[in-house]
Amino acid sequence: MTINRRNVGMFALMALLITIVGVSQSWSVALAILNLCLISSIMALGVNIQWGYGGLLNVGVMGFAALGGVAGVLVSMPPVANAWAAGGIGVLIALVVGLITIVAAAWTYNKLRGTGSYQALTVGAIVVVGYFAMRWFMDPAVDAIEAVESAKTGYLGGLGLPILISWAVGGVFAAGAAWIVGKIALGLRSDYLAIATLGISEIIVAMLKNEDWLTRGVKNVNGIPRPVPYEVNLQRSEYFQKLAADWNMSIIDLSSITVKLCYAGLFAIVLLAILWLSERALRSPWGRMMRAIRDNETAAAAMGKNVTARHLQVFVLGSAVIGIAGAMLTTLDGQFTPTAYQPLRFTFLIWVMVIVGGSGNNWGSVLGGFVIWFFWIEAEPLGLWVMDVITAGMAEDNALRLHLLNSAAHMRLMMMGLILLLVLRFTPKGLIPETRR
Amino acid sequence: MSFLLGENMTGGYGGADILHDCTIGVEEGEIAVVVGPNGAGKSTAMKAVFGMLNLREGRVTMKGEDITKLSPQDRVKKGMGFVPQNSNVFTSMSVEENLEMGAFIREDDILETMEQVFELFPILKDKRRQPAGELSGGQRQQVAVGRALMTKPKVLMLDEPTAGVSPIVMDELFDRIIEIARNGIAILMVEQNAKQALNIADKGYVLVQGENRYTDTGEALMQDPEVRKAFLGG
Amino acid sequence: MMENILNALVLLANFLVVPGLAYGSQLALGALGVTLIYGILRFSNFAHGETMAFGTMAAILATWWFQSLGISLGPLPTALLALPVGILAAMVLVLTTDRLVYRFYRKQKSSPVIFLIASLGVMFFYNGLVRFVIGPNDQIFTDGSRFIVTAREFKKYTGLNEGLAIKTTQGITVVAAVVIVAALFWFLNKTRSGKSMRAYSDNEDLALLSGINPDRVVMIAWLLTAALATIAGTLYGLDKSFKPFTYLQILLPIFASAIVGGLGSPIGAIAGGFVIAFSEVTVTFAFKKFVTYLVPEAWAPDTLLQLLSTDYKFAVSFAILVVVLLVKPTGLFSGKSL
Repeated sequence: MTINRRNVGMFALMALLITIVGVSQSWSVALAILNLCLISSIMALGVNIQWGYGGLLNVGVMGFAALGGVAGVLVSMPPVANAWAAGGIGVLIALVVGLITIVAAAWTYNKLRGTGSYQALTVGAIVVVGYFAMRWFMDPAVDAIEAVESAKTGYLGGLGLPILISWAVGGVFAAGAAWIVGKIALGLRSDYLAIATLGISEIIVAMLKNEDWLTRGVKNVNGIPRPVPYEVNLQRSEYFQKLAADWNMSIIDLSSITVKLCYAGLFAIVLLAILWLSERALRSPWGRMMRAIRDNETAAAAMGKNVTARHLQVFVLGSAVIGIAGAMLTTLDGQFTPTAYQPLRFTFLIWVMVIVGGSGNNWGSVLGGFVIWFFWIEAEPLGLWVMDVITAGMAEDNALRLHLLNSAAHMRLMMMGLILLLVLRFTPKGLIPETRR
Repeated sequence: MSFLLGENMTGGYGGADILHDCTIGVEEGEIAVVVGPNGAGKSTAMKAVFGMLNLREGRVTMKGEDITKLSPQDRVKKGMGFVPQNSNVFTSMSVEENLEMGAFIREDDILETMEQVFELFPILKDKRRQPAGELSGGQRQQVAVGRALMTKPKVLMLDEPTAGVSPIVMDELFDRIIEIARNGIAILMVEQNAKQALNIADKGYVLVQGENRYTDTGEALMQDPEVRKAFLGG
Repeated sequence: MMENILNALVLLANFLVVPGLAYGSQLALGALGVTLIYGILRFSNFAHGETMAFGTMAAILATWWFQSLGISLGPLPTALLALPVGILAAMVLVLTTDRLVYRFYRKQKSSPVIFLIASLGVMFFYNGLVRFVIGPNDQIFTDGSRFIVTAREFKKYTGLNEGLAIKTTQGITVVAAVVIVAALFWFLNKTRSGKSMRAYSDNEDLALLSGINPDRVVMIAWLLTAALATIAGTLYGLDKSFKPFTYLQILLPIFASAIVGGLGSPIGAIAGGFVIAFSEVTVTFAFKKFVTYLVPEAWAPDTLLQLLSTDYKFAVSFAILVVVLLVKPTGLFSGKSL
């Protein structure tokens, strides 16, 4: 790839903007934005793999990110021995029963293909019986688990492994869910995939909110172990205290910046690795084939390409990347809050990033992730400031003024919608257009 | 000077030209048939006359008036009716509704015209409440022709009206088309079944690679040994 | 024994049939809007839920205004009087949107996916707009009498243990849905404009050949959609309560209804609405009390006998959607045309 000055310039501008925040607000804030920019970029890369390479519409980014998030809990949290003792076996049996049901249903479905209502009835019966059997084991086990110190645990906990492993596990979780959705909805009209992903993401988040035995539900999981040092520990170390004194910085600031820099380093490694792989894939014969399929499905199918299978491939890959990013987000937050998964924040914002950055171009998605996240964060103070200026002439207790100030936050949504529409209409290629090879 | 005339038409769908200096025309009350091998540009010539592709050169006139720049919709208003080859009926709508939609641009009473169509195709009257999608191939073609007749056109253009129907139905359809022509309507049609079509044609055009190869009366073309050998299977 | 059976039936009617009918009507009206846009403009309109929210919001503002003027409909909710205002506002909104957003892609003959993404942007915008004007919180705007029949009255009248309550809003919802669906079908099947819409949806090229004006058809489709969305949204808001977020969530059951019935088929949308609504209500209903009435005392169940907790009601729409996609992707009424 030839180095494009314009593109480098845009990344440099982005770096400058973050630097300005660092100087004018604080470096801690700037790094917090940077970290989320990095994660957003990875999510955008995932969506770009699906949309840019394959033309697939995923309206359930939120669900795949949440699956990644839950991997963080399940991998890294220490197991709760009492809960396992109380109901672990029951849950496991229930899950096995559930699995057997699904396999049996799928097997019968294929076996009885073409027998019409007989097929439907048999499969239906298997599902109903299996469901009740599963509930039979599940319900008492769940009650028992949730009764174990419900204020502190009330769930099975995780495996107690290093959290970095959860990044990969998160990718696998999301890939698995994507495989199921893809199997159902790919090969049909493009709208159906969009609607199916919307549905699965709603259900995933509903499960995470309600299956307390697994995720503690709305009680949240706090104190997820970190892959980087804790600020308190840094502050205690003598070396660090000396460093702070030498650089003439407050030790609290320095420790917080150090921790954030560690995160940034980890995230940057993942981002670069995925970016490198994506670029390689895009240039490979596989990438050419994907683009050929996207641009003319009929012709590609006529040439003997299995369009649906290839679509399933990119859909699963893209979702895996989103899942990885989801796990990283939970790692950064140090807690898992199911209620935080809002479609506007996790699905539509990512879409805006991809479209604005330039669909089909990986670098574009990365830039889009940075730009949009930056403005998403900075739009709030900006909106408030705008409202302040607009309403400056009004009395302090003017109802309209108060309403406008209170509603400033919602301006962000309108702005993002507007940005998406404007970019789609006037520069549909985005900031960094797809390069035609 | 024909009633409807596409003169020296040259053009295509944006890429390479498909028609090369092609001329076809028809008189009132006459049947003109365009035949030729596959890919000769027969349907394209038809679409060119109806304004569905842009001509690079040449012009289309009707009663001497230049209509080259008019959109298909405006040509319908000028008195042209067109029956496309594929999806030429509203499958989910009843036969009667299909005819009504054919007359969409008319503001006056359409019942009389509808009766005339039912006289021409009596079977449609029996099936008037049935969705057109449930009819047989031949009946569908009748609906398609009927739909085009609802604007009381002076010219009726048919793109392979007998494609995919049985020989008996084909004869029946040709009879109806002759009947329509007797009422003073000019008929311009493209046909795969060259022999049968030339039999009823007052005028025939043999197109090859977008050019006129032979132009004569239907009868003369049927007699012409070269035409017989090359296009009519001996 | 007889009394027990009656009690069981009343129980079902009260917790299953009446709410199912009301919810089904709301879904059906919503799905009709989605299916109409799909039939004419050929894309799945993700902004439909937010159109409902916007129309409802306008109706709520008008309701409050009427209330402040002391205008009311007696036992009926004032919101009914405010409906035309809401519909008008929604019509202005969608026509403006069509002019500024969708028309461009129509002229470009863009693929449905592009329309879909544009509708995501529109959804985002409407979402912010609604929250900007009325805020993200619950708004209650019901007034008039709450019940047509209260449980107590019913018990007193019949002497049964179980009561049957019918909320005014439920009654209005069902009646309104019947009237509106009848009017819509009359329009589509009997009027020239309605038939031209069906023709356009069935075969666009042939419709153009027949001289049907596409801009007019598209405009009518948007106007109908705005009306349907506002009515569905307001009825839903009256029945439950108005909260912008719920209109984002209702999008899934509405899409499921439209697809189950067959995208583009109005009859399908109505059937789909009721299929989804009754499945949702049935699956999340606790059958314990019902069974207790019917079986000998010793067999009475000690669990709730609830198939799925209400938190998963969306899973029901989704499951049905999946089954339809696997078995018959064109839906019950093989959609695609109006």
